[in-house]
Amino acid sequence: MKTVARIAANVFKESVRDKVLYSLVLFAVLLIAASVLLSQITAGQEVKIIKDLGLAAISVIGLAIAVFIGIGLVSKEVERRSIYSLLTKPMSRPQLILGKFFGLTLTLAVNVVVMTAALYAVLALYSAYTPQYLQSTWEAPAMDLALMKASFLIFVELTLVTAVALLFSTYSSPIWSTLFTFGLVVVGHFSADLKNFESVLESAPLIWMTRALYYLLPNLATFDVKLQVVHGQAVPMSYLAFSTGYAAVYITALLVTAMLVFARRDFK
Amino acid sequence: MAAAVETFDLSKDYRVGFWRPKPYRALDRVTFHVDPGEVFGFLGPNGAGKTTTLKLLMQLVFPTGGQATILGKPVGDVRVKQRIGFLPENPYFYDYLTAEELLTYFAGLFGYAGSDRTQRVSRLLDDVGLGHERRLQLRKFSKGMIQRVGLAQALINDPEVVFLDEPMSGLDPLGRRDVRELILRLRAEGRTVFFSSHILSDAETLCSRIAIVAKGRLMAAGRLSEILAVRMLGWEVIVEELDAPPDVAAFGAALKKVTPIDAKRYQIELAPDVRPEQLLPRLLGARGRLVSILPVRETLEDFFVRQVNDAGNSSRFVEPETETKKEPEPVAMEKTR
Repeated sequence: MKTVARIAANVFKESVRDKVLYSLVLFAVLLIAASVLLSQITAGQEVKIIKDLGLAAISVIGLAIAVFIGIGLVSKEVERRSIYSLLTKPMSRPQLILGKFFGLTLTLAVNVVVMTAALYAVLALYSAYTPQYLQSTWEAPAMDLALMKASFLIFVELTLVTAVALLFSTYSSPIWSTLFTFGLVVVGHFSADLKNFESVLESAPLIWMTRALYYLLPNLATFDVKLQVVHGQAVPMSYLAFSTGYAAVYITALLVTAMLVFARRDFK
Repeated sequence: MAAAVETFDLSKDYRVGFWRPKPYRALDRVTFHVDPGEVFGFLGPNGAGKTTTLKLLMQLVFPTGGQATILGKPVGDVRVKQRIGFLPENPYFYDYLTAEELLTYFAGLFGYAGSDRTQRVSRLLDDVGLGHERRLQLRKFSKGMIQRVGLAQALINDPEVVFLDEPMSGLDPLGRRDVRELILRLRAEGRTVFFSSHILSDAETLCSRIAIVAKGRLMAAGRLSEILAVRMLGWEVIVEELDAPPDVAAFGAALKKVTPIDAKRYQIELAPDVRPEQLLPRLLGARGRLVSILPVRETLEDFFVRQVNDAGNSSRFVEPETETKKEPEPVAMEKTR
């Protein structure tokens, strides 16, 4: 376990020094701040727009971090051959995969916290300059704690995406891994449509195929509660627990597959 | 005592080609052993299979056939990793870590902590001449400096066996001298050093035993002195104060060539099977004087070129029908146990 923790700590240390990470987080903070300007084009919906754009920025930038840094975790190590020295140290290949995963999870957690804090700061500033009578018309208060629920589920989704990126990067090049991961993320957001698609199909094999795909692909829409949070609708804790449990099972399956693939890989 | 490194019929095929990939034999039934405490040179031209052998020993690739042990245990065993060090060819490390952080990280993986780890890292950085650059990020390092970091990380755990893949590559003459001294120091400390190189002078100055690979096959393995004593090419005699050069025809096959060096001074080449002390009185005559007499043996370079040429130009793609065919045994100066 100590070995896994040391690898994870190194991933965190290296990624927080990567300029790409800083640029992305800075970009997210700027986007969140800019949402104040954009919100001005809508009358009475400003806070909703700030929250919506803010959460979307956290989600999109978090995704970019998860994919670009996640892919680099293994495939860049292989491509640049830094893995040669690493794997000859006393560790097993599965330990390396786990360490990489937890290291990036930690990086993502810190980044999501920073971006969420930026969103809260913008909202605090905005509400400080908004008269009380206007604030009473908002569907949810500016400093709504439910935003944290949305941020948490974004983090859970990003963790799952990291596991996907890690799996692809154990056997393919960085470019292919990036394309595969982005592809799966896009499909994952629309996987619920596969279930609806079943109702318009008549051929049994096709129905079976879409059903299999529906259960096989990650259902990323599960982690998107932005709309509910922005509109002040309740997101029960049981939903959070269910979604997190679903992610845990999916991530475990992805990591086990990644470890099996990686365990027998030749580094030419 | 168990051999430090031992391989038996170690083979590796890579599948090459995108469409209908064919097996390509990178290493073909290589058998050798390395004794504890010796410096073993693994020599061969580029593409001979040196790096593949090292990768198999480090379990970065898995063998198609055969087996290998390090310190009596199968390769890849975590307990073995605890006792070995490895410098890959053209090493690369994490750009955003400093040399000190990288070594601290690797030392941590070996279980070192606290002041022991700090001292170990500090001592090694001084040893490889990077004491002043310890807090510089590795992306700012030159190739030679990275090679030094690579050497330091290979020694972080005081390894019993050190594997160095082309340790001199990319180094300037000073750097090469430092690496040579480091290898000699490791030998003096009783460690086993296994290094691959295509630079023969390195092997001649450092190794007690060598193996030569070409086209994926082991061409020879043995003590350097035995290998180079094998082929006696002749005698080189320098004489002076000779009024006239010796008559080649009069000596028959015993005298191969006479080359004038200066006035009354000649270099004479004798055949390998003659006894020069018997020929000397005739060669020197009444006034001649012997300056030197040297046996001419095959150099490592001559031997190497001969072995590599003997490997021929046969294809290394494994044809299905010949896959199980037994090929002739490689030339071995010293049979492995």
